[in-house]
Amino acid sequence: MFHRGNGLPFRRLANAGLQHKAPTGIVGFDEITGGGLPQNRTTLLVGGPGSGKTIFALQFLAQGARVYKEPGIFVAFEETPTRIVTNFETFGWRLAELLKQKLFFLDAHPTPDLIQSGSFDLSGMLAALEAKAEEMGARRIVFDAMDIVLALLPDAAAKRRELYRVHEWLLARKLTGLITAKAGGDEDTSLGQQPFGFMQFMVDCAVVLNHRVELGVSQRNLRVQKYRGSSFDENESPFVIGKQGFDVAVSRILGRVDAKVTNERVTSGVKRLDTMLGGGYYRGASVLITGFPGTAKTTLSGAFAQAACRRGERTMFVGFDSDGTEVMRNLTSVGIHLAPYAKSGLLRMISARTITGSAETLLVRIKALAKEHRARCLVIDPVSTLSKAGNELTAHGVAERLIDWSKSDGITLVCTSLLDEMTERLDGRTPLQISTLADTWIHLNYLVQAGERNRGLSIIKSRGTAHSNQVRELILSESGVTLADIYTAGGEVLMGTLRWERESAERVASEVADVAGKLKRVSLDAEEAVLEVRAKSLQTELVAKKVEKTLLTRTTESRVKELLRGHSRMRQLRGGDAAVPHRKKAR
Amino acid sequence: MRSTIFKFRIYIAGDTQNSIMALANLSAICEANLPKRHKIEVVDVLREPKRALAEGIFMTPTLVKLAPSPVQKIVGTLEQLGRVLEVVGLRAPIA
Repeated sequence: MFHRGNGLPFRRLANAGLQHKAPTGIVGFDEITGGGLPQNRTTLLVGGPGSGKTIFALQFLAQGARVYKEPGIFVAFEETPTRIVTNFETFGWRLAELLKQKLFFLDAHPTPDLIQSGSFDLSGMLAALEAKAEEMGARRIVFDAMDIVLALLPDAAAKRRELYRVHEWLLARKLTGLITAKAGGDEDTSLGQQPFGFMQFMVDCAVVLNHRVELGVSQRNLRVQKYRGSSFDENESPFVIGKQGFDVAVSRILGRVDAKVTNERVTSGVKRLDTMLGGGYYRGASVLITGFPGTAKTTLSGAFAQAACRRGERTMFVGFDSDGTEVMRNLTSVGIHLAPYAKSGLLRMISARTITGSAETLLVRIKALAKEHRARCLVIDPVSTLSKAGNELTAHGVAERLIDWSKSDGITLVCTSLLDEMTERLDGRTPLQISTLADTWIHLNYLVQAGERNRGLSIIKSRGTAHSNQVRELILSESGVTLADIYTAGGEVLMGTLRWERESAERVASEVADVAGKLKRVSLDAEEAVLEVRAKSLQTELVAKKVEKTLLTRTTESRVKELLRGHSRMRQLRGGDAAVPHRKKAR
Repeated sequence: MRSTIFKFRIYIAGDTQNSIMALANLSAICEANLPKRHKIEVVDVLREPKRALAEGIFMTPTLVKLAPSPVQKIVGTLEQLGRVLEVVGLRAPIA
């Protein structure tokens, strides 16, 4: 009785299609083939020495046994099982644990003292395998280094016969088979001459692995040559053998689910830059900071990292230029303190100078590290290193995948890119052409003016956000990074000392005006006081005059009265006529 | 020495052509060189697959000489007579 896996999403998905597929669990490969290897069919895996055939095969079995509940058998023609298990312990597949019941190694490697006389066949082995497969409910089987045993057969006809035998046997037993075989250095010429040439026609799926050295950098590629009854990605895909085993790079597979898009903003770490961007970067966006050497690209990305750590988000800083501790020390001088976060484990500083290899290798390493760290924010400084590490053709693909990956994982990515001052100045393109892929592109440059270099920051693009069109001056100080408005005078942009001069001149002018105003006020106050005093004395004078006037009036009246009385008295005394009182009455 | 009994075990896979040929060749060698001094055990791996697994027999036919020591294994149809005799120890190797 064969044990069948069930309840697995992948399986169900595959069942929905035309063909059943056995997922390999190899990152990228299942995407290329739309689900894995053809189930209950035979797949041929060819490659030169050291191209990773055994790793691929073993990973297919290990993942099958562990994840997809499909026990497997590994038939080793080349190496002894104990050696294989020891060699592959480093991948963390815990083979020894699987060996108890889900994985079986058949040691079929011909001993060196094997004596051969005449032809033979593999029916014995197949019979033995059949018994074992039934006993453990195996669903997958790998024949590793089939070429070794075939080489013992006397003629091409016998080789073909045995291959057919294995093939037929696999089909009849409904096992998903994977046969690996060596191919010479050049796949196109050597394969046709070997019995595998014919085998490639026989099997349902053929995968070719190759390992090239391009400009001194090792480059591994995987290509699906054929896949009966299924669509697949026909191009060569770079792959890396990493800590976890195979990692096949897939660029864009049509129909893949789009990354989740949020409106959440995260700060850039520089307040005024956030304002310029209308609130900061988008969460999950990829930000590119370009500039010539020394334009404070690292500082700007450091500010972002610090802000992320302040929010308590796990952050990873990959530096290609200098050591992690060096970066932290240098950033301290501009008020960016990353060391406490690095100590607490929130921030992980990666010095990638030590990582050598192709761009693909770098990407895989970065991905693995970021996954390990569960990073939400990632800084790569500078990403342009990727194009140097390998050939430039693949580097662009790598940059594309980097952005794709960070997006789909919701990681906010800030990468810096060095512009070559001489060549790239005119068209402003970044070497990786990453600028077209990035969501936000901040450009830093120098402005040489009046004998000084000053840093200018401008936002070239920022998708989906309103952003300032202004060039700002980037100022680094002990207290941090700030942006200052620049002065434009007569169509010229003023920065640095010129800006400062202009600013201080204005300050002085306003002070002078201020003082003048104050002086004027004081003198006015004085005048006012004088006038007031004068007004008061006049008032007093007025009162005096009024008093004088009344006095005068009164005196005049009394004199008139006295005079009148005097007249009457005189008349009385004289005894005159009384005509006068009449006159007085008439008045 | 002349009385030593040679013990052979031959693993075959049913009645495949290679197996039939190997059996025939073995009997012929024994009849010619070891009359009445040999024992042949035939194991059909199609009938006893677990035994083949346990004993590490993957290519059929395989002849194992169990006695006299040392134990020797020969894979194939045993058609090169000289070579077989040499391995089994019935003929001195040709220098």
